[in-house]
Amino acid sequence: MSFFQRLTGSRNRSAVAARERLHLVLVHDRAELPPGKLEAMKDDIIAAISRHIEIDTRGVSVSLTRDRHAQRLVADIPLAPPRARR
Amino acid sequence: MSGTIVTITSGKGGVGKTTATANIGVALASEGARVVCIDADIGLRNLDVVMGLENRIVYDLVDVVEGRCKLRQAMIKDKRLSELYLIPAAQTRDKTAVSPQDMIRLTDDLRDEYDWILIDSPAGIERGFRNAIAPADIVVIVTNPEVSAVRDADRIIGLIEAEEKGPGQLILNRVKPEMVKRGDMLGTEDILDVLAINLLGVVPEDDGVVVSSNQGMPAALDPRSRAGKAFRDVARRLRGEEVPFEALESRDGFFGRIARLVRPGGDA
Repeated sequence: MSFFQRLTGSRNRSAVAARERLHLVLVHDRAELPPGKLEAMKDDIIAAISRHIEIDTRGVSVSLTRDRHAQRLVADIPLAPPRARR
Repeated sequence: MSGTIVTITSGKGGVGKTTATANIGVALASEGARVVCIDADIGLRNLDVVMGLENRIVYDLVDVVEGRCKLRQAMIKDKRLSELYLIPAAQTRDKTAVSPQDMIRLTDDLRDEYDWILIDSPAGIERGFRNAIAPADIVVIVTNPEVSAVRDADRIIGLIEAEEKGPGQLILNRVKPEMVKRGDMLGTEDILDVLAINLLGVVPEDDGVVVSSNQGMPAALDPRSRAGKAFRDVARRLRGEEVPFEALESRDGFFGRIARLVRPGGDA
């Protein structure tokens, strides 16, 4: 650990990992939707949308998020670049 | 005046429910309240040992429920505090020997004569947990600063809310301030941030708790114990007092680190 890191305490410590893992596990627990099921749902979403429009399947992300009021299923679905779509 | 029923639960085992029950009981009784602690962990009796009353058991909770003795006969009087009692769990039966209705009936009998009835819940979310929370006016959830324990606490909070007993109050047990400070343990704020629950107490890790449970002398009886002090604060908050939280985690910030770097013999 460098002098500066020790001074500021900025080194990535395990509590950061604990916090992230806790958030993720709670978001799935509360939605009663385990990560594997979400992955399967993502495949279904890709298949359904692909029937209508060409998408960049590798860029698709589907995740659960939570704020104070509600839980959300957030899907980010990039379309295939215009040239490839033709 | 009618007594208040407080159930201490956690979901995960081994986080300190029984220790918390014994210590809160002792703390309330040493301030003059009349207190009954009930061990609801049938088949795995433990509260008697933590309170140091294991040699005096004649009857237990199941004997009361099944009518083999009167309620008062199963109540063991504490050695040190004249208004503290224990109703021990049965050791040879299982959770199905008692129903939630039995617990409600039994605690209703105690309400008139005692100020506080503390119920030590078993781990898990099955029958024993249901028995323990059925009569509760207040549910206290004990957790540790670990991902697994906090996850289970979250599940318990959900179940308690579904039973309309919520949202419950949190005791964060076995916190190591040094580890929180150096970023290797979840802190109070991290946990409150995800659990959205009222904080009742933060108890530091304290070797003295092991010593006191070895001796059957809850730490709250020891005026020098840090954990004991934290449990006495919990008891005062339960009684409605405003007790400030001790800053376990912020004893040194940026300047503390500099001081440690400069001071010879520090860990820098």
